[in-house]
Amino acid sequence: MTESPILEMKQVSKRYGATTALEKVTFSCVPSEIHAVLGENGAGKSTLMKLMAGVIRPSEGDIIVDGAPVTFASPSDAARLGIICIFQELSLVPDLNVRANLLMSAPGSGLFRLDTSILAQAQQLLERVGCGHIRMNARVGDLSLADQQVVEIVKGLVKKPRLLILDESTSALNTTVVERVFELVRAERDLGVSVLFISHRFHEIEALADRISVFRNGRLVDTFDNGAHTYSEIIDKMVGQPIDDLFPPKPDITSRGDGEVVLQTDNLAISDALDGISLTLRKGQITGLGGLDGQGQTTILKALFGLMRGVEGTIAVAGEVTAIPSPAVAKNPGIGIAYIPEDRKTEGLIQSQSILENLELPGIGNPGKQPEGGDTFTPWLDRLELKHGGLELPVSSLSGGNQQKVVLSKWLALAPRVLLLADPTRGIDVKTKTQIYQMLRQLADEGTAILLLTTDYEELIHLCDTAHIVYGGRVVAELTGEDITGQNIIAASMNVGVAEAGHA
Amino acid sequence: MLDYVRSNRREMIAAIVLIVLLAYYLITHPRGPSTYVMTIWANQCLILALAAAAQFFAVVVRGIDLSVGAIMALANTLASHLLDGSGISIVFGIAAVIAMGAACGLLNGLLIVFGRLQAIVVTLATASIFVGLALLLRPTPGGQINYDLADAMTLDVLGIPTAIVITVALIVCFWLPLRRTGLGLGIYAVGSSEQAAFQSGLNVVLIKVVSYTLAGVFAALAGLYYGFVTTTGDAGIAATFTLNSIAAAVLGGVLLRGGVGTLVGAFAGAFILKTIASLMFFSGIPSLAQPLFEGLILAAAIVIGGADVLRVRDKLEVFAR
Amino acid sequence: MSAALSQRLVRPDLDTLMPFLGAGILVVAAGVVFPQILGANYLLQQLQIAAFLGVLATGATIVILLGHIDLSVPWTLSGAAILSTALVGSGDPVLSALAMPAGLLFGAAIGLINGLGVAFLRIPSMVWTLAVNSMLLGLAVLNTGGFNPRGEASDAMVFLATGSVLGIPASFLTWMVLVALLGLVMTRTGFGRYLRSAGFNEKATFLSGVGTPGVICLAFATAGACSALGGILLAGYANQAYQSMGDPFLLPTIAAVVIGGTSILGGRGGLLGTIGGAVFITLLTSILSIMQIQESWRNIIFGAIILAMLLFQSLRKRGAA
Repeated sequence: MTESPILEMKQVSKRYGATTALEKVTFSCVPSEIHAVLGENGAGKSTLMKLMAGVIRPSEGDIIVDGAPVTFASPSDAARLGIICIFQELSLVPDLNVRANLLMSAPGSGLFRLDTSILAQAQQLLERVGCGHIRMNARVGDLSLADQQVVEIVKGLVKKPRLLILDESTSALNTTVVERVFELVRAERDLGVSVLFISHRFHEIEALADRISVFRNGRLVDTFDNGAHTYSEIIDKMVGQPIDDLFPPKPDITSRGDGEVVLQTDNLAISDALDGISLTLRKGQITGLGGLDGQGQTTILKALFGLMRGVEGTIAVAGEVTAIPSPAVAKNPGIGIAYIPEDRKTEGLIQSQSILENLELPGIGNPGKQPEGGDTFTPWLDRLELKHGGLELPVSSLSGGNQQKVVLSKWLALAPRVLLLADPTRGIDVKTKTQIYQMLRQLADEGTAILLLTTDYEELIHLCDTAHIVYGGRVVAELTGEDITGQNIIAASMNVGVAEAGHA
Repeated sequence: MLDYVRSNRREMIAAIVLIVLLAYYLITHPRGPSTYVMTIWANQCLILALAAAAQFFAVVVRGIDLSVGAIMALANTLASHLLDGSGISIVFGIAAVIAMGAACGLLNGLLIVFGRLQAIVVTLATASIFVGLALLLRPTPGGQINYDLADAMTLDVLGIPTAIVITVALIVCFWLPLRRTGLGLGIYAVGSSEQAAFQSGLNVVLIKVVSYTLAGVFAALAGLYYGFVTTTGDAGIAATFTLNSIAAAVLGGVLLRGGVGTLVGAFAGAFILKTIASLMFFSGIPSLAQPLFEGLILAAAIVIGGADVLRVRDKLEVFAR
Repeated sequence: MSAALSQRLVRPDLDTLMPFLGAGILVVAAGVVFPQILGANYLLQQLQIAAFLGVLATGATIVILLGHIDLSVPWTLSGAAILSTALVGSGDPVLSALAMPAGLLFGAAIGLINGLGVAFLRIPSMVWTLAVNSMLLGLAVLNTGGFNPRGEASDAMVFLATGSVLGIPASFLTWMVLVALLGLVMTRTGFGRYLRSAGFNEKATFLSGVGTPGVICLAFATAGACSALGGILLAGYANQAYQSMGDPFLLPTIAAVVIGGTSILGGRGGLLGTIGGAVFITLLTSILSIMQIQESWRNIIFGAIILAMLLFQSLRKRGAA
């Protein structure tokens, strides 16, 4: 039985200047089906979804809804046709409360009337996923990321979607809530709704999808039923190369012995946020920080870079206990810590300035700096294989992956002792990821101590020598070498017991 | 209940401060608490309160309106021409003044939204134009506003100052209903996160333009009421009122970054400012020192209001989004 | 500094050139009707007058490049004028000699207070500098008793404001020296780079290990000193400090910076454009006065022209995008 599709995309392309985000994609969503869209970062999943939701318009090709071509001038056009998107970057207004956020986008609400009928249903949905604790009067900006994600999901469901698009909507949620959300999604499907589920986490797709489409580099590679291919076959389609080749070989930690201690924290704590964090970063080692979103991993990095107030406990750099009150102090050659922030666009770079201006910024006035101008940075840009049209061009002209290379180069030029990275490969294409992984392993081999916060299990498994899993502001598991497995990571992330290597 | 207090804590603080100050004022005033004293006080407060309300509508959508005082002056001078007759012509006159205020606000809104210009510089320029128009209408202060009307607006009703009645009426009949509409929510959404508002399907352009228009309307109301209090038209009032309207709004908990604050807060901030000024007048502090005290108190209020930033743990949170 | 960067600084873009072009057009167009405008006497006099606004606008440019605004210009200016003339008026030769340095130091100190509030208490610069202005007003009233401040300008001050060197007005030369000094600092030191980066994105600049609080304080202190210099020059011109001498300068100062191509949002723009902006505004004001246009129309034309230039800037940017 092939029901006629609710939405079809025919030969749709989307270009941003010189970058092609989607290339001639032909795709359809049929009712009563959960269709998963799988792909690496930069594969075009987000672009696909934004086109369907009316946030952006295609450069080429047609979008057809119920058989007729449409142009969406804004998300409300798409919403009127029943195409509802639950956004990864949350469409919630932080200064308003949950109730107001729900009302604001309810289908019956306009400039005058607010449709309060949806509130009862919203409350029911909250309870069905076990989140009845979220109060309608709570200010959204004060909610945890997990609660915000749940509100975003409920907000989408009350709009009575015909096509429901979920874009990485469960990244911060724990297993129970995720399972209940999946139940809701299955219930929607059974009612005839077409569901599009976007993720790069295979186990979620496996649990939920009827059909799977794999995207790579902006193209649709293949569409097949769930179960038709094995895990490694699917990874192959997603990545285009065996996963083992993505990562540089990991040196055997036991044979190398422990490197010199570069940075050590002793019972680092921040009231309500962190407790008892004692880490040791050694030369030559890549230490990972993992766990669900928002458990305190970023706070640890920020504390080490002088971005947090009220830090208790001690930090010792090269054996000496030091205070790190600000980034300016942290980057000093005497301490030598560099921080690659989470949001490269707004925290790592100044979009309006040129590539060179961005590269130069941390190093201005640094004693013992090498010759001025592009020459200082060329070795690093070359090592990262950054191709650019000229350093005086605005950094905004570069792709996400290339922008991240600029962020890395600007800090590496200062020859830091410790490199802190907050999810550096989030939203970056596969090729650039490989280049960054190579670079990190090389840096480690050359003696830099690396602390890598990541939400990607594969990075923890294949790139990190040790991994600390954080839950509720504490380190609940410290995995080394072969103990770093997917199961152990997931278990620790949920604060469940961890199996040791040697057991199944 | 706790949520309500927490999300409206700035307004709660402003309200408490206002009550304390008012009580102190009434006690120390040589004529003691009486309808007469309260009426004079309330009249002055309402003028600034309306100006602060105008500023609120611009600031809440993450903008600012430096032409509030100028629109006031224009409304005031226009009123001094149109409202000196009687009967029906007065009704039309009032409507015309309000319409003019709306037109000024609309102009601001269109320039900012469609011209893609920054609010601060646009309203700076339009302020000049509006003041010029006001000067055309009244090169020197003068004119006349129907005394009966002025009295009706500025005396009292059954012992309660009319100004207070007007204030409460505006809150109950305009503000509270507005908050239950999509527009009322929309102005907060647009100011707090324009991207989220857009993705949620709100018509951001319309909301912004309407908000600036409302700012113009309230500025015109302020100028109109100023006319009732002084019964003349004066083009020179612009500068003081613009800056004071910003101070009043901020004092009342309206954040300059947008998305936070209420009309009630703006009213409260204005009332507090005027009460302090009046207190100064009767407090026995030498008149030469009064402006300094006013400035110090304003500064202290702002500093105290901002002091909790020193307790924020994540230093990155203090940076604007 | 890279070759590409220094090239861009020496070769100004259209935004910077626009006010100069506008000034040229004004002179030529008006000169047709009033030939005296094309004479050296008039033009040199305009440069002399423009310097007063120019010095203020130069300081304002630094703060606006940072993405902030300084509304304490009027009373920092007046305060420095009052202070310096008072020192001269005391009759003591030592105090007389200290008059100008004291005035400048005063300005820098006020600027520092501005900077501390903005950098550490994170009070929006618009609100804080307004409050500081208010306090300074209060101080001045207290100090002078509401009368015109007693005191006089020193010979040096009078010379700087009204004298000339080789036919060029001394005030203009003073302004140019200021611009040259600040220009050197902006292009040759880290401060200039930090200022612009912070103006675009303070968070990212802070995360790059830049001590942004220090940059903010230094920027406001510089602007304060420039305001003080303006006050000293004005006092020299009038041979005394006078009531509310600073008030008429606030809005033209901001207008001069914005017309000069500096973005009110920060990061973009520079000192050169501000020179053009100050000259343009001075010329416009003067020509409108020569044409004996009433104050009302002058206001309207002034506002309209600023709007037109802003729209032109905005359309150009969108065309290029």
